[in-house]
Amino acid sequence: MPTIKLTRPKLDIGEKIYFGALLKGFFLTMTHAIKTLRGKSAGAKSLASSGLGVTMQFPEQRWDDHMPEYYRGAPTLVTDEQGRERCVSCQLCEFICPPKAIKITPSEIPSDDKWAKVEKRPKEFDIDMTRCIYCGMCEEVCPEQAIYLRKDYLITGTSRAQMIHNKDKLYEIGGVRVGLVNKWNELK
Amino acid sequence: MPEQLLTIAIIMTKVITFTFLVVLPLVPLSVYFERRFSAIIQDRVGPNRVGIPLTLFGGKKDFHLFGLVQPIADGLKLFLKEDFTPEHVRKAFYWLAPALTVVPALITVCVVPFGPDVTLFGHTEKLVIADIDVGPLFIFAISSLTVYGITLAGWSSNSKFPFIGGVRSTAQMISYEICLGLSIIPVLLYYGELNLNTIVQEQADNGWLLLPFWSEGQLSLPSLQTALFLIPAFIAFLIFTVSIFAETNRMPFDLPECETELVGGYHTEYSSMKFAMFFMGEYAAMVIGSALIITLFLGGWSAGFGMDAWIANFSIGDFAIGGFIHMGIFLSKLLAFILFFILVRWTVPRFRYDQLMKLGWVIFFEAALINVFLAALIIAAPELTAIIIAVGAVLLIAVTAAVIWVAKVSEPKTKVLRA
Repeated sequence: MPTIKLTRPKLDIGEKIYFGALLKGFFLTMTHAIKTLRGKSAGAKSLASSGLGVTMQFPEQRWDDHMPEYYRGAPTLVTDEQGRERCVSCQLCEFICPPKAIKITPSEIPSDDKWAKVEKRPKEFDIDMTRCIYCGMCEEVCPEQAIYLRKDYLITGTSRAQMIHNKDKLYEIGGVRVGLVNKWNELK
Repeated sequence: MPEQLLTIAIIMTKVITFTFLVVLPLVPLSVYFERRFSAIIQDRVGPNRVGIPLTLFGGKKDFHLFGLVQPIADGLKLFLKEDFTPEHVRKAFYWLAPALTVVPALITVCVVPFGPDVTLFGHTEKLVIADIDVGPLFIFAISSLTVYGITLAGWSSNSKFPFIGGVRSTAQMISYEICLGLSIIPVLLYYGELNLNTIVQEQADNGWLLLPFWSEGQLSLPSLQTALFLIPAFIAFLIFTVSIFAETNRMPFDLPECETELVGGYHTEYSSMKFAMFFMGEYAAMVIGSALIITLFLGGWSAGFGMDAWIANFSIGDFAIGGFIHMGIFLSKLLAFILFFILVRWTVPRFRYDQLMKLGWVIFFEAALINVFLAALIIAAPELTAIIIAVGAVLLIAVTAAVIWVAKVSEPKTKVLRA
């Protein structure tokens, strides 16, 4: 291991007097200020700014168009193109959920139902959105491709009860998802 | 008797108007400017929403007013917060400290000249609360009391961060008070006057100290002596401005507060209105500091360029209201300088504590001292013979060189760092 001796860099007289650097600093900050006022800050265009700095001003402007494909919003339940609810209430998501936000009450599918061979579906499926941390583990663990994180991010409510998404609400947000693996269909 | 009553009424009106209707509203205004200006410097927007919430009362649209109502909302919030006094504090001093930071800052308002005379209903009044002949000295005497507030806050909080903040503040204030006092001696020598209003009148007639391009109300080039005096004037301006920054504990010198190392410094243990008082005191000191800089160096209420005589004689009927126009000019200069204060805060990085002390004691103290003699030499030059001037100049250069040499020699050698 060679030993490297380091010395502090020698400052010349201009650097020691310090005022030059101050003036440079004023110039820099004022350039930023003027650019901000003109809406020409670096990155303003790509960040879709409101015309003042790089900030997008929220209620009037939404970033929905800029949302990436992998965005993790509210977890939802989905139905497929045959109108079947995908969840079979295996409760894997309930067990993996780190903040314990999911609560499932399983029930049997009656034998006269078209999908009787699936055997189970949730009677109740509650996700407590005050606990959910949007980690996406439920989506990852689901063997039935039934639970998905959608792009909804404005999850608000005026009471705790409103923040618990029940089954109806989850299917409403989730909607129909096409192109999934339909392993319960009849063999052709 | 009615004569005396009228005098008292006029004084009360002036006190209330200038202190509570002019300087105090400038405090929230400068907070607003601070937030907006820092925002645009950092490519952000800043508070731009709080306005008149008409929709709350059934209106169709809110008025945003560029967020100008934000400081009022902030103030209301501070009023409504819990005023918490920790168990371990020295109660009496803990309660006294916030008042001690606000009150001196507001007392100093009384010598700031907001404008020249106005004549209303046949009465001529000066737009200054107390037209006394010791203006700057009075401001220094009172404003240095602020340090008691900060020190007491630091000590009575009985906790480590406020304590360190208080100690630092004391050291800093004492170091920079000296430069502050010494740096304006050239200015006072030049005017031979300590009455701030007279100083401004002089500048209105014969050119601002840093911009002497008119005399007797006519645009003209400065005489040789005035032109030469620009050098000490500019040095004085520089030292004075930097010292005012240090006095008001603002950014490059915010070591008593320094959020990065001392949590909140001396006001860590304070909440609610008591905290707001510290905040107000700091900003009021900033307003007064800028007012003093403007008054001494940048012409105070004068508009400059020979326009002052015309404005002073401006009157509607019997009311000579030119004074109010001058007051408007003064306030706009004040706002501009406050903006400069803010720009400095968001541009210049903080000093280390030893650098701060070194700047105060080794550089500014000596520079201000030498500056006094330089100014004296220039002012006295017309009455001296060439030989004496030459001897004086040589002596001054020798002393300056000696001071620089001593400062250089006394500096500790930088150690070689090893990897």
